[in-house]
Amino acid sequence: MAEAAICAGCRAYFGYPITPQNEILEHMAAHMPTVGGVFIQAESEVAAINMCYGASAAGVRTMTSSSSPGISLKMEGISYLAAADLPCVIINVARGGPGLGNIAPSQGDYFQATKGGGHGDYHMIVLGPATIAEAIELVMLAFDLADKYRVPVMVLSDGMLGQMMEPVALPEPVDPASLPAKPWALTGARGRGPNAISSYAMDPRDLNRINIKRQTRYREIEEREVRYQETETSDATIIIVAYGTVARIARTAVRMARSEGMKLGLVQPVTLWPFPYAALRALSGRVGTILTVELSAGQMLEDVRLAVADRAQTPFYGVLGGLVPTPNDILTEVKRNVS
Amino acid sequence: MSVNSENMVKVFERPRSLTGAQFSYCPGCHHGVVTRIIAHTIDELGIQDRAVIVAPVGCAVTMYEWFRCDGIQAAHGRACAVATGIKRVNPNLIVFTYQGDGDLAAIGTAESIHAANRGENITVVFINNQIYGMTGGQMAPTTLIGQWATSCPEGRNAQLAGHPIRFAEMIAQLDAPVYVTRQALYDQKRIVAAARAIKKAFQCQVDCKGYSLVEVLTNCPTNWRLSPVETNSRLMNEVVRTFPLGDFVDRT
Repeated sequence: MAEAAICAGCRAYFGYPITPQNEILEHMAAHMPTVGGVFIQAESEVAAINMCYGASAAGVRTMTSSSSPGISLKMEGISYLAAADLPCVIINVARGGPGLGNIAPSQGDYFQATKGGGHGDYHMIVLGPATIAEAIELVMLAFDLADKYRVPVMVLSDGMLGQMMEPVALPEPVDPASLPAKPWALTGARGRGPNAISSYAMDPRDLNRINIKRQTRYREIEEREVRYQETETSDATIIIVAYGTVARIARTAVRMARSEGMKLGLVQPVTLWPFPYAALRALSGRVGTILTVELSAGQMLEDVRLAVADRAQTPFYGVLGGLVPTPNDILTEVKRNVS
Repeated sequence: MSVNSENMVKVFERPRSLTGAQFSYCPGCHHGVVTRIIAHTIDELGIQDRAVIVAPVGCAVTMYEWFRCDGIQAAHGRACAVATGIKRVNPNLIVFTYQGDGDLAAIGTAESIHAANRGENITVVFINNQIYGMTGGQMAPTTLIGQWATSCPEGRNAQLAGHPIRFAEMIAQLDAPVYVTRQALYDQKRIVAAARAIKKAFQCQVDCKGYSLVEVLTNCPTNWRLSPVETNSRLMNEVVRTFPLGDFVDRT
């Protein structure tokens, strides 16, 4: 993911050590200087996200990464990034929580990532990779979306992906000089009027207008940027909805089910915000059961139920504490819901 | 008596780097003096088109609207981290923060100390008025022992609330800072000295020498509930006893 960020033209990384994502920080420490980029090990996650705020304001592709407790600390800064319309990529290699929790995989940060986390009416685009190849693709996409819509984008990974090794093909590196200009950036008021970057608007009418404009941009994102993958859904009678590491395990469960003649399918939301409500709504008319599986107590489940309403049964299978279900565990749960 | 305007010479004018937008400070407040000194410094050094203001929350929150310079508003306490991000990706810019005592010495202690410790080539202007101004006069980390504030109605009690933090002296313990000084504005001589110190701090950045901090002892007539003249006496006679003036580091 760190190398993908460099390929995407990221030239400023600020981070603070926390397991299970130290490899990103260490990779950036070793490689950012070789491409003429900036690396700082900050004094805290709070400082790191605010360094991102400054570097992004200066017009450079910028990233930070952390894991759940550290992401909580970044939430103030993420709210400011969103409110100042600044692009930034944030990787969360999520771990067990709440509190200190543990360093095992978890999806307990879904609400925080997709529903806000920081204060005020804002959204991040949230991308959920299931494999390292997907993580690379989505980190590249994250930088493009962040710049295009001037929003912070989170890649919501987990401790399983963070500690995994698998062979991948790296994309062609992007030359930062070839990226579209950012006329709003702080580059010095030479030959133009001053640029100001701020989230402050004392007059409620001004703030109302600015917020509505931002919400309009969010509606555009919802319209254009929803991404999801369907596996074996065309004839399915029961469908699993899962993202990230769980989606990968569920793919195997689908294969196992199909070999037993069971018509099981999978929908993997790739954008967690914007969520693929329409796709699930369409499927819910023709399947009886849509089973949500998460490494949480049921967070994405709420979005699934918003999409499905009462058009299908919406049971839930959640695993907590950093435990990860096997394909067989998921299949057993599917069978329980069929019978 | 008639005046021949052709023979008049302009001896004083608004610094060119100011837009003319009205400052939002209270009457008699030293903030306006410091802000003007900074504008004058930017003019003198010819850095209007390279300067980037990192504005705080509070009384100077819209500072970026007063200058013909690029600017950014930082979250409370985070200005030095924001300045670090800007300066590192574009070292040609002249980046300065303008921060109060709560911002720099309470909520932003970590960011402020570590930016200094890394020797970031930025300039920090620290407004020490010993109180939270915009929020209505609560105790600051720099409030004097015995000083009244809305959140220490019996006066600051060291047993309950600790002692005033001498931030410039703390920063002076570090190896990296190049210029660390404490100035005041209670009379004309002090204003001239403070202006010289602020110019030196900016020059230090222009010359790529490294981190500089100018702490300025200022007043808050509104929340101290004193007249501007009384605040100057108080600064001269009381405040400097806790916060001695002078240079603490000068490696320029």
